[in-house]
Amino acid sequence: MRWVKRHLLAFAALAVLFYMLIPNVVVAIFSFNKPRGRYNYQWTEFSTEAWQHPCGTPGICESLGLSLRIGITASFVATVLGTMVAFALGRHRFRGRAGTNLLVFMPMATPEVVMGSSLLTLFVMMGVPSGSEAILIAHIMFCLSFVVVAVKARVASLDPRLEEAAADLGANAVQTFLRVTLPLAAPGIAAGALLAFSLSFDDYIITNFNASPSSITFPMYVWGASTRGTPVQINVIGTIMFLIALVVVVGGQAYSSRRQKAA
Amino acid sequence: MASVTGTAPALSTGASAPPERRRSNWVPYALLLPGLLWLFVFFVVPMITLFSQSLQEGSIDEGYTFTGNVGIYAEALQSYFPQLLRSIGYAASATVLALLLGYPLAYFMALKAGRWKNVLLVLVIAPFFTSFLIRTLAWQTILSDVGPVTSFARSIGLTNLLQAVGLTSNDNLMASKFAVICGLTYNFLPFMILPLYASLERLDPRLVEAAGDLYASPAQGFRFVTWPLSLPGVVAGTLLTFIPAAGDFINSKLLGNTQTVMIGQVIDAQFLRVLNYPLAAALSFVLLVLILALVMAYVRKAGTEELV
Repeated sequence: MRWVKRHLLAFAALAVLFYMLIPNVVVAIFSFNKPRGRYNYQWTEFSTEAWQHPCGTPGICESLGLSLRIGITASFVATVLGTMVAFALGRHRFRGRAGTNLLVFMPMATPEVVMGSSLLTLFVMMGVPSGSEAILIAHIMFCLSFVVVAVKARVASLDPRLEEAAADLGANAVQTFLRVTLPLAAPGIAAGALLAFSLSFDDYIITNFNASPSSITFPMYVWGASTRGTPVQINVIGTIMFLIALVVVVGGQAYSSRRQKAA
Repeated sequence: MASVTGTAPALSTGASAPPERRRSNWVPYALLLPGLLWLFVFFVVPMITLFSQSLQEGSIDEGYTFTGNVGIYAEALQSYFPQLLRSIGYAASATVLALLLGYPLAYFMALKAGRWKNVLLVLVIAPFFTSFLIRTLAWQTILSDVGPVTSFARSIGLTNLLQAVGLTSNDNLMASKFAVICGLTYNFLPFMILPLYASLERLDPRLVEAAGDLYASPAQGFRFVTWPLSLPGVVAGTLLTFIPAAGDFINSKLLGNTQTVMIGQVIDAQFLRVLNYPLAAALSFVLLVLILALVMAYVRKAGTEELV
């Protein structure tokens, strides 16, 4: 009893972790199912069919490809723009700082349904057609703030004396930036880019307001499937995504702890 | 405790006040310009067009004209007040639940997990990178009427209890208030845990030990040392959970029924299916103002000045 009491916190923590992970486990298990009906909700029999043909249901890999393209482009642009803003906030004095902070914070404090619908009204009024370009514009917008926050945290913790040292050793401003500042800020930039990609790749609500029938992203495909019938391939792709995420996160952690040890 | 994202280690001199640069003054503005312009054109301007849209009359086919019809707000509130209230209620419940569930895990990870810390962190972050729609669909399977979870809940009398307190309307778990709040809590839990973890990880364990040395009980140590020091994480976590949860309609649509419709679902339907743009825009604007007002009041009360 004493033992249980002493480890109560550990049990609580593991129970919460279980709650967080059980859907992923269910997705993985049901990727080996062979459902009889259109919906993959009830276990019928074991099959690896969906794993052998992950693109075996129409539209699914096209939507995956579109989501990847939008995710990569949006996270790239958002990372470049966001990093610039983060450097200005973390490294420079200027007027309008409070206003800049507010403008960066606002998209994170606005429900997605409001951002999606307001962009729809802008695009309708300006005559911008819905479709993948509209989605891209929206994704860059809401990813930007998250990149700024991730990069700013890193930039703010850098020791300015390192840059001063570079300048003392005769480096000019550009050399200092490229050889000292940028490598030091790189982990923050990488974290921001990764976060931006996953936000873009996973977004349904904002995307749905700006999509056209010819621009079905992967989340939109899944949403459609939830009303038409869910192919097992969805579970296969969900499981692959989870495994890739595990590898990326583990890799990132290993890399940063190795850097910490080296430093 | 002013900043949620925290201040830099003591080593660095220029964390909150950036060092004075001998560069010309246009550099920061040049860095800011593209990003802020993007946010202005695609975030601020749409808010204006949204407001303007709500005061227009007409139809998609014939076009809209601005008539300044403020009556639309009365109509929107009159028709959809229950959904609006419900969204705030569900989001608040999910936020409280996420705090209650997330705090022990974040505390354990930050202070007790030792060499397991990184493993736990990976397990918290990794699901966040997997499609949340797929994971929400998995809850349909888990809570299915014929699944083991529901039959277990029936056998221990949980379904009766939930029905008695009005969280479900029959002896199933799916398609109920219970399922929606469960789903919302689940979906936004990582947003709660990560800021909590970040602020608890910075906590110096010696402070808690000192409280013990000064004869504070563990409960008092938590109440007067740990909890106040973790407040920035609590504020950030509750905001990051409440705001998206209040506007969400994925969970209420996939896990709920017609009695659990949230405001996001109404806005989505009015914009994309009913095509009543002015009403949808008015609802969207009301939601924005309501959330902003709640967030401002909360942030002021919590005393957190700089959130970004």
